[in-house]
Amino acid sequence: MKSNAENITLKTSNLEIGYQDKNGIKSIAEKIDLEVHKSELIAVIGVNGIGKSTLLRTISGIQQALSGTVEIEGKTLNALNDLQRASQISLVLTNQPISKNLSVFELIALGRQPYTNWLGKLSKIDTEKIENAIKLTSIESLKDRKCYELSDGQLQRVLIARAIAQDTPIIILDEPTTHLDMYHKAYVVKLLKKLAKQTNKTIIFASHEINLAIQICDKIILMHPEKTQIDTPKNLISSGAFQDLFPKDLIHFDEISGAFRIKNED
Amino acid sequence: MQHTGKYVSILLILGLFLVALILLNISLGSVNIPVKDIFSSIFNTEVSKETYRYIVLDYRLPKAFTAIIAGSGLAISGLLMQTMFRNPLAGPYVLGLSSGASLGVAIVIMGATLIGGSFVALALSKWTLVIASSLGSLMVLFAVVLGSVRLRDTMAILIVGLMFASLTGAVVSILSYFSPAAQLQQYIFWSFGSLGDLSWAEVGILAIFWFLGISLAIFCIKNLNSLLLGEEYARSLGVNISQNRMLIIIATCLLAGSITAFCGPIAFIGLAVPHLIRQIFPINNHLILLPAVILGGAILMLICDIVAQFPGMEFTLPINAITSLIGAPVVIWLLIRKQKFLF
Repeated sequence: MKSNAENITLKTSNLEIGYQDKNGIKSIAEKIDLEVHKSELIAVIGVNGIGKSTLLRTISGIQQALSGTVEIEGKTLNALNDLQRASQISLVLTNQPISKNLSVFELIALGRQPYTNWLGKLSKIDTEKIENAIKLTSIESLKDRKCYELSDGQLQRVLIARAIAQDTPIIILDEPTTHLDMYHKAYVVKLLKKLAKQTNKTIIFASHEINLAIQICDKIILMHPEKTQIDTPKNLISSGAFQDLFPKDLIHFDEISGAFRIKNED
Repeated sequence: MQHTGKYVSILLILGLFLVALILLNISLGSVNIPVKDIFSSIFNTEVSKETYRYIVLDYRLPKAFTAIIAGSGLAISGLLMQTMFRNPLAGPYVLGLSSGASLGVAIVIMGATLIGGSFVALALSKWTLVIASSLGSLMVLFAVVLGSVRLRDTMAILIVGLMFASLTGAVVSILSYFSPAAQLQQYIFWSFGSLGDLSWAEVGILAIFWFLGISLAIFCIKNLNSLLLGEEYARSLGVNISQNRMLIIIATCLLAGSITAFCGPIAFIGLAVPHLIRQIFPINNHLILLPAVILGGAILMLICDIVAQFPGMEFTLPINAITSLIGAPVVIWLLIRKQKFLF
């Protein structure tokens, strides 16, 4: 993986994230400098409430940054209009009020909305991209099913296929592994890894599955109260960055196995 | 989206059914008119009785047009609200339009007695009621639009609309309490709804509002499809949520506001027709859903009107009661038969 400038898909400089309303500014994290590249799978790790979702919302343009900049393929995120942004970043979200009456094909086809005409008619290219997304996520057998017939794991794959059909250099997923059993958690993360390599896309996801992320991801964005850093899992382990991720009373990080362990003494 | 051909043929069947119902609707009533004479009246040829021509052209034809406009317009408002709020219980009333209209009319009819004199005679005129109802709706629309600019959360608009409904309902109750029986009765008659009192000029005005509202809805088709995934996804697909929200609210107000102004409050159609259509053929693409709901709304309203002026009866039943009386069992029956609720 070359880290030359051309391969940078997303870059943040001195980014400060948080909320702003009448009562003032509530900063959640600041001085975030990240550089991510093509075909990298990146997990965002941190304790509850540290601002993982806020970070993802900010870099996907849903939420305004308090200060600093986000650049997508060299262009400032704020300079993009709604439609331009839709062709740069696609999302996979949880707990959305999706119409379960949609068929799998219809749902994936909605990923083509930024490219279709004003009535949303699918062109031949659109259909090809949809079929390709279905093939990449191996959900050919589900194509004609309705969403209410799917299990959580199947629906997650369909939502990922929709993001692929949107054909953007960056895919952002907010906790794609919640509600899934251990097998499907691993399945989804492996699938994301495969997709990043095959499609050259940058895939960023927030997760609580630290052990899984350490084993599979190319890089990890680790969010601490003091600082947010990005590095390979290996470097983060050797620098001891995982040690003070959680309060030390219950769990500790075992550097030899690269996993968190529950303390069993006394 | 793969079965477009099948859906188009279902739409054609619905269209044919609508044409048949229009003829039936014009033909049936306190006096039954043969279909042959309906055509003769319209194309100005020999009719078997000269009164038929008068009944068809001046009464039943405008009423049938009103029924089609009101039924389809309310059904489309319901569809827009259900998709926008991602809530199966939404209908045109959630924006508080009909309650706003009720308040306007209640103030004119029942408030007029408090002022007394020549104002009472004025209050009886139909246009006064139309204007009062429009002003009432407009007032609520204005409040809702103001609210929607300030509120980022779409659900909050729904709550605001429902609060307005309660608020205006309370004011109407207080007005009713102090009103003499005659005025109270006149208000209640207005609240029964009516399709039959419109002149051709009034049908024309209603049609213009209908056309504007439907055009806006057609313009929103693609964004409505994106909203099937929820607002966050729609935004990520390039939909300008607040602009789209404003367009949908305006379309609903044009449709439901004008219909309520001319026909009085008509319940149920807006809520039920989109569900009926979804149960009959499970589609989600608004490109097909929109014409299907237009046809479905018109069909249900014509059926209700036929029942309301039941053949051979001297009087017409209140349309606002008939719509629920006929529609509710149909929805319940469909839900039980299909064993699942599609939304």
